[in-house]
Amino acid sequence: MDLISFRDLDKGTVEKIFGIAEDIDRQLERKKVEKLEGIMATLFFEPSTRTKLSFQSSAERLGLQVVDFLADRSSLKKGESFTDTIRTVDGYCDVIAMRHPAEGAARLAAEVAEAPVLNGGDGANQHPTQTLLDLYTIRKLKGKIAGLNVHLVGDLKHARTMHSLVYGLGMFGAKVTMVAPKGLELEEHIIHEAEKKFNFKMESRDAIDLKDADVLYVCRVQEERFADKYEAAKVKKEFTISADYIRKGKKDLVIMHPLPKIDEIPPEVDAMPQAKYFEQARNGIPIRMACIKMLLEG
Amino acid sequence: MLKVDIIEHGTVVDHVQAGMGKKVLDILGIDEKSGNRVALVMNVPSQKMGKKDIVKVEGILISKEKTDAIALISPRATVDLIKDGKVVEKMQAELPESLHGVGKCPNPNCISTQEKAPGKFHLEGQKYRCGYCERTFKPVELL
Repeated sequence: MDLISFRDLDKGTVEKIFGIAEDIDRQLERKKVEKLEGIMATLFFEPSTRTKLSFQSSAERLGLQVVDFLADRSSLKKGESFTDTIRTVDGYCDVIAMRHPAEGAARLAAEVAEAPVLNGGDGANQHPTQTLLDLYTIRKLKGKIAGLNVHLVGDLKHARTMHSLVYGLGMFGAKVTMVAPKGLELEEHIIHEAEKKFNFKMESRDAIDLKDADVLYVCRVQEERFADKYEAAKVKKEFTISADYIRKGKKDLVIMHPLPKIDEIPPEVDAMPQAKYFEQARNGIPIRMACIKMLLEG
Repeated sequence: MLKVDIIEHGTVVDHVQAGMGKKVLDILGIDEKSGNRVALVMNVPSQKMGKKDIVKVEGILISKEKTDAIALISPRATVDLIKDGKVVEKMQAELPESLHGVGKCPNPNCISTQEKAPGKFHLEGQKYRCGYCERTFKPVELL
């Protein structure tokens, strides 16, 4: 078994991963984690802080050894193909966690490797463990996902996490409200696929209004997406989540962000009880431990 | 109307969307080196289609799989297999549920494009989803 795309998962499998993660959370609290044997190879062909480190930390906490691949110091520089690299690394490890800028890279790796492959992001396509930890965070903090109103705010078009998140929110029966700058809306085919698959309707709004939001999921608006610098500055200001916005929302609002955040959430918000993005990042540990465990135990 | 010789043993692909006849030859793997006698008639008046192309190839009887691959560029195409001057089988091109090694993902950032891996696609409604980058495309975009 591999974990390549959230699209491959059914609700039962997601629930199973959550169950293992909850169990691991309890083990982590007791500082007594059931150990596994083996070696994980981390192959990150592009930069990553949270995903790579949390995969490595998860593997080590499970008792696995980690071997790391540094793309800029590898035989890729000599022109070795991607599939040859994967076949070689496959002989050195029991599980592979990887990120690659090309879409579908993890799928192709899974086809050529015998070891299970965990996708830590493939271009603009999928980032399934991020979606799992996002849903896990919502469920942990709110006790449920179904019926919650989740506001997705920012550049929804280019944020890889959004593509599978709307799919996951649909799977668990959440309501989705989208607020994106003009031209940076979530692509129609992604909305259509999730709505059709899970028989729900997502709402689009022109401006941020958090009165009815249970969860606010923010992603960065990148200046380089705009040709007009004035327009970029205007939109960035408009899509900055100020403390005033938060105060107008529900008291138990949960603010999430896949990180890194730059200036879309000012530092004053970090101290507010609604800000849960660092807790969300920490949940990468039990979720990724659960995924590694599930894949290694088959 | 242009007259083209009847064929004794081979394949006639009819109701090909006008302008797509050359692509049919590509799908069938026929080029100047193949040595087959080939007739490609373009922009033939058609009651159903307005204009259509017709392809006749002597010496090859094409499979249902190839017939269905033609549906990617011409969903109304029909195929007649000819033996001893008689039609022995008629086939209607239908979009295949899945494609392996037929078609190429048009997404330049798809790993199948970068690594020259054989394309794999599955049909969702009237579009194909790439088995690698997971994007969907119109059938004609794959060729």
